[in-house]
Amino acid sequence: MTETLVRIDGVTKRFLENGTPAVEALTAQIKSGQVTGLVGPDGAGKTTLLRLIAGLLLIDDGTLRVCGFDPKTHAAPLHRVVAYMPQRFGLYEDMSVIENLELYADLRSVIGTERDEAFARLLSFTGLESFTGRLAGALSGGMKQKLGLACALIKRPRLLLLDEPSVGVDPLSRRELWRLVYELVDQDIGVVWSTAYLDEAERCASVLLLSEGKALYQGPPQALTRSLEGRTFQVRNISGERRAVLARALERPAVIDGVIQGRSVRLVVGKGGVAPAPGDIGAGPEAVIAAVPPRFEDAFMDLLGGGPRGRSPFADAYASREHPIDSVVEAQDLTRRFGTFTAADGIHFRVKRGEIFGLIGPNGAGKSTIFKMLCGLLRPTSGTARVVGLDLAKAPSEARARLGYMAQKFSLYGDLSVRQNLEFFAGVYGLGGRRRRDALKRMVETFALGPHLDVDASTLPLGFKQRLALACAVMHDPDVLFLDEPTSGVDPRTRREFWSHINAMVANGVTVMVTTHFLDEAEYCDRTALVYRGRIIATGAPDDLKERARGAGRSDPTLEDAFIALVEADDRESLA
Amino acid sequence: MNADVSAGKQKLRRVLGIVRKETRQAWRDPSSILVAVVLPLILLFLFGYGVTFDPRFFTVGLVVEQPTPESGSFTAALSQSPYFRIETARDRRTFEAALVAGDIHGIVVLPADFAEQAYRGESAPIQVIVDGSDPNTADLVGNYLGLLWANWLEQESVSRAQPLLPMAVELQPQVWFNPEASSRHYLVPGSIAIILTMIGALLTALVIAREWERGTMEALLATPIEIPELLVGKLVPYFLLGMGSMALSVATAVLLFGVPFRGSFALLTLVSAVFLLAALGQGLLISTVTRNQLVAAQVSILSAFLPAFYFSNFVFEIDSMPWALQLISYAVPARYFVSTLQTLFLAGDIWSVILPDLLGLAAIAAGFFTLTAITTRRRLE
Repeated sequence: MTETLVRIDGVTKRFLENGTPAVEALTAQIKSGQVTGLVGPDGAGKTTLLRLIAGLLLIDDGTLRVCGFDPKTHAAPLHRVVAYMPQRFGLYEDMSVIENLELYADLRSVIGTERDEAFARLLSFTGLESFTGRLAGALSGGMKQKLGLACALIKRPRLLLLDEPSVGVDPLSRRELWRLVYELVDQDIGVVWSTAYLDEAERCASVLLLSEGKALYQGPPQALTRSLEGRTFQVRNISGERRAVLARALERPAVIDGVIQGRSVRLVVGKGGVAPAPGDIGAGPEAVIAAVPPRFEDAFMDLLGGGPRGRSPFADAYASREHPIDSVVEAQDLTRRFGTFTAADGIHFRVKRGEIFGLIGPNGAGKSTIFKMLCGLLRPTSGTARVVGLDLAKAPSEARARLGYMAQKFSLYGDLSVRQNLEFFAGVYGLGGRRRRDALKRMVETFALGPHLDVDASTLPLGFKQRLALACAVMHDPDVLFLDEPTSGVDPRTRREFWSHINAMVANGVTVMVTTHFLDEAEYCDRTALVYRGRIIATGAPDDLKERARGAGRSDPTLEDAFIALVEADDRESLA
Repeated sequence: MNADVSAGKQKLRRVLGIVRKETRQAWRDPSSILVAVVLPLILLFLFGYGVTFDPRFFTVGLVVEQPTPESGSFTAALSQSPYFRIETARDRRTFEAALVAGDIHGIVVLPADFAEQAYRGESAPIQVIVDGSDPNTADLVGNYLGLLWANWLEQESVSRAQPLLPMAVELQPQVWFNPEASSRHYLVPGSIAIILTMIGALLTALVIAREWERGTMEALLATPIEIPELLVGKLVPYFLLGMGSMALSVATAVLLFGVPFRGSFALLTLVSAVFLLAALGQGLLISTVTRNQLVAAQVSILSAFLPAFYFSNFVFEIDSMPWALQLISYAVPARYFVSTLQTLFLAGDIWSVILPDLLGLAAIAAGFFTLTAITTRRRLE
């Protein structure tokens, strides 16, 4: 028996008068007893919509009814039946698990036996029974998120709003959280789950797909995905460079979207289009094209009118390089301790020239620590880190001059113009005179930044921000490029454009190191190292890692399945 | 009726929930203990030992143009004074450079016939040169030398048995309420007001800003809690902590610095409570408006500490300020608290002073809470 809990009718929300609306003329419904996915990239309006529903923001236009209440006039009764878990879970990190629960029980007037029952029920529901005395700040990401959920559920709500609950959480905990949410749905609670991960859409009964504040699609995800049946293919057994195959495929008019998937290339063709023959895209004599089931992301790209096409300007603009040294990045027994805590333990790997190497793992696993030691930002407790053969402990500035670094969320100066940002970074890399002028000109032309030169970096659209950040990182022609979570939260179109530049640079001999917790991004890597609790528990090509998970009841395992299988195996080993 | 009772109980439970949470957080957070215990002690020691307006040791250059018995007698009087250390010379130019450099605090020039001039009643028989770029010292040196000169003349007239020309007015300072005229006795109570202003604003300035910064405000606002409940819940623990700092400061003042306390502790508690409400209210307002801990801390220093320092009669006399500044001082809670504290410590329960102060404080506290309640909105905008 489902009822409509939220009626959104022509709702518009602006933060600046006459500014671009964060939510624009949106009409949608949210029902009880099912998970509604609020899906879209960062800046699509997901959080704003959740806050409107939670009564924390007021709409400018349209009508909104939440469980029958108008949030503007009946905020108090609305707060009694709607539970909301904001990003970062709304926990007090300096209070223990039970103290956090006590606070929310007090605030929601859960007392007496009801209170004891609620604590017992939620602690067993979330598996936190044995951690009641632990400070929330000392919990792992997955446990924090469960505690946040428990706090929101202290009084059984009719509607539960979850704002990006799966960000920064390892795949194991994410799977666990979905299980918990399905249990709630069975009790007829309506759940709204907002996410930037398109693969999560497929787990929802209904999806509200947002882009720039507008609804692109509303309904069951399968209905949208089904519309692409017969249009999605995988090019397998490619001999030669798969990135080149992808680039050539994207030059074909029939192909509207394409991504790297391990050793294969995934292609989407337009309506009525035909897949190109393997020979036409230079995939080699053994290559085959197989039809594969469509994914939600394919459908999203189709709604957006396809991905970016054609060649990256980098394919021609970036000088190709020859190096005598074959192992460009090298970690030898790298260990880093913070007090008694070992953040990185005996890390060992080599990255070859022209390779994309990914460090994947959940937040807090030690990826950033390893990364910082390799860029010379952090001194290892023991072990050696080398970049283009230079020991970072002995020749840090020479080594750093050979590497480019793009930080998470692009560390640009928002109040400087695009030109000033470029000039600043040119100065930082010690480019002067003619070299500086040439570098600036090359970057502006390559990334088509010309029309935006005098605009403040903070006001650039996301895609241009990313281009500018990349331009600032590669201006000095580095041999190695370090990318820290380069495209998490970014819409799939911008992500494809970004990787087309990276792929073009790699083709010219640049080596790329990536950290990511986002497993789709790991598919772009030639090799990945799985980081878990400060150690590398597996290294290999994404396809090889998937292969290891095959057989465990899964015929076509995803990288996430592989990740979970490997982590579980590691847990069993450390227990034994 | 029953519903009302249960609604009231729910309200109380929510307030107590916040009180309990804030107490736990304050207890675990070393910075709030630092602000409440260590900061008052440091400031009190600073003001109690470091700042003094009492006479100190002055070095004076004495120029004796021609040694005479009178000049010898004056030199002796000067060097016997506990306030002066003298150096003598025949020519004033010897000292000019030293005065400019600040090595000496003044120059006294005795002309050859200074004694005769004095008996003839001529003005300024001796010349005193002081460094006007340091007016406080200049005033002090000038005044003390004037007094010393008058004393010397009196003694001379007795020893010479030659009457002095009668003086028109004879100045005889008499100090009430602070008979020892110790500046520490009025500086320490004043500094307690400054310290409590600082603590009150800082303690609460950080607490709401912290919730915004850590994203917990959003979760709180999505529960049935109402704004006044949240504010009261946040206020109670910090009020108690602030009263603790007050007790600590008063105990230090009386026991360690030996400042007398002549009023009643009941009245002191009452005024302190009202003052603390004003200070905490100011902190809450800052916290609500800035939503950022760093900015909140800076704003509370600028808007609480500095005005308390300048507009409270603590160091600078309000009566000698331009009227516009005097007007501003009425909005500064420390103005009322300094006056009450100095009265309670040095004079006693003088209601004619304390009652207006109490009313002023209550009005300011009410103002801050009204503003905070208006600016803390139920929503995120």
